[in-house]
Amino acid sequence: MQLEVQMSQDHEANTSQIFSELLVKVASGQDKAAFSKLFLHFAPRVKSYMMKLGSDETMAEELAQQVMLQIWRKAQLFDPKKAAASTWIFRIARNLRIDGLRREKHFLVDDFDFTRVPDEKENQEVTIGHDETAAIVRESLNELSDDQATALRLSFYDGLSHADIADRLRLPLGTVKSRIRLAFSRLRATLGTKVGEMI
Amino acid sequence: MTIKHHLSDTTLGAFTAGTLMESISLVVASHLSLCRVCQAKHNQLEYIGGMHLLQGPTSTLSDGFLQKTLLRLGNQEIASSQIHANSNLHVNDTFPAPLREFVPTELKNIEWNSLAPGIKGHPLTELNTGNGTLSLLKISPGMSIPDHSHQGTELTLVLKGSFSDKIGQFGVGDIADLDDSTKHQPIADTSEACICLIATDASLKFTGLMPRLVQYFTGL
Repeated sequence: MQLEVQMSQDHEANTSQIFSELLVKVASGQDKAAFSKLFLHFAPRVKSYMMKLGSDETMAEELAQQVMLQIWRKAQLFDPKKAAASTWIFRIARNLRIDGLRREKHFLVDDFDFTRVPDEKENQEVTIGHDETAAIVRESLNELSDDQATALRLSFYDGLSHADIADRLRLPLGTVKSRIRLAFSRLRATLGTKVGEMI
Repeated sequence: MTIKHHLSDTTLGAFTAGTLMESISLVVASHLSLCRVCQAKHNQLEYIGGMHLLQGPTSTLSDGFLQKTLLRLGNQEIASSQIHANSNLHVNDTFPAPLREFVPTELKNIEWNSLAPGIKGHPLTELNTGNGTLSLLKISPGMSIPDHSHQGTELTLVLKGSFSDKIGQFGVGDIADLDDSTKHQPIADTSEACICLIATDASLKFTGLMPRLVQYFTGL
């Protein structure tokens, strides 16, 4: 599915806002109604994400449940100023999937989460806030062609190698590489300007 | 610290997707904890990941799945918002935070194995490295790692001192993110030893007989 970059920015911001508010309700009041709303939106999508990345249906559903339970447990750690609800849930889903792969070694995601980069820059004045990240990304994505956006998604969201993407899209490897390079350089160009302004 | 050498987009993308091998992930996370630019890019990619999840396709859940999940909520231990420090971690600024768990000592207390004249190593064995390696390397001033290329990815993060190769000079926090198209010979180029964290996902290919013999004995 193509990322719907055409989606109106207002609509997206509103949706994001709604899910943030639901998470805050779960955190402050252990609100089961708010949790159910989050569940109905995200659980079927997390299951689909897990299946796309190779889990069978039973495992995907089990992982989706774990993701939802972790959302319940950790809602208090969610800070709407630092991340969009969807970003926060994506992190949980990705990390639980990695944890699932490592299960035989009894690694726990909480203790052993490389992907949760410690935010040592948190208190420094140059931190790029969540709103700013969102704005930069939207600005960048709007400038990507559909082909570039698809290649970017397959590469880092679906976790395919460049060779797998070439296979999937029936394109020469070089074309895939150049699309991804262009997509990333677009992100970098926009980001570079912003960071440059702040430092 | 001014970081001049960053992660490749491919590596950062795979890290964000969660598809890298553990050993490689550790080096990436260590660099990210030091590098504001890569961290901002990583945040952007995670944001895009979240958008895909938000708008992505759905799979049908089995009957009563929400009810079953709701029934389990009562048994869940709620995480409090107070972050409690992991008592196993040494308080130690020598290493980037993600690395501290795997090197529970200070730099000066590390036990080094001699790998070759002027080159010492300290393997980190807790993580899955596939056919590759994960270790700390200490290169004496003026010494070099033998000329080599790679079958897969080689990530080298400088923790102390610096090295140079044909790409440029790498100081503390810089990362050399090399794929199989690169052949290089890093030289520790200051008066202090250069200490690096290095991960590969396949064994290195040394050029020349002596380096190959060294490899045979040292397992690099």
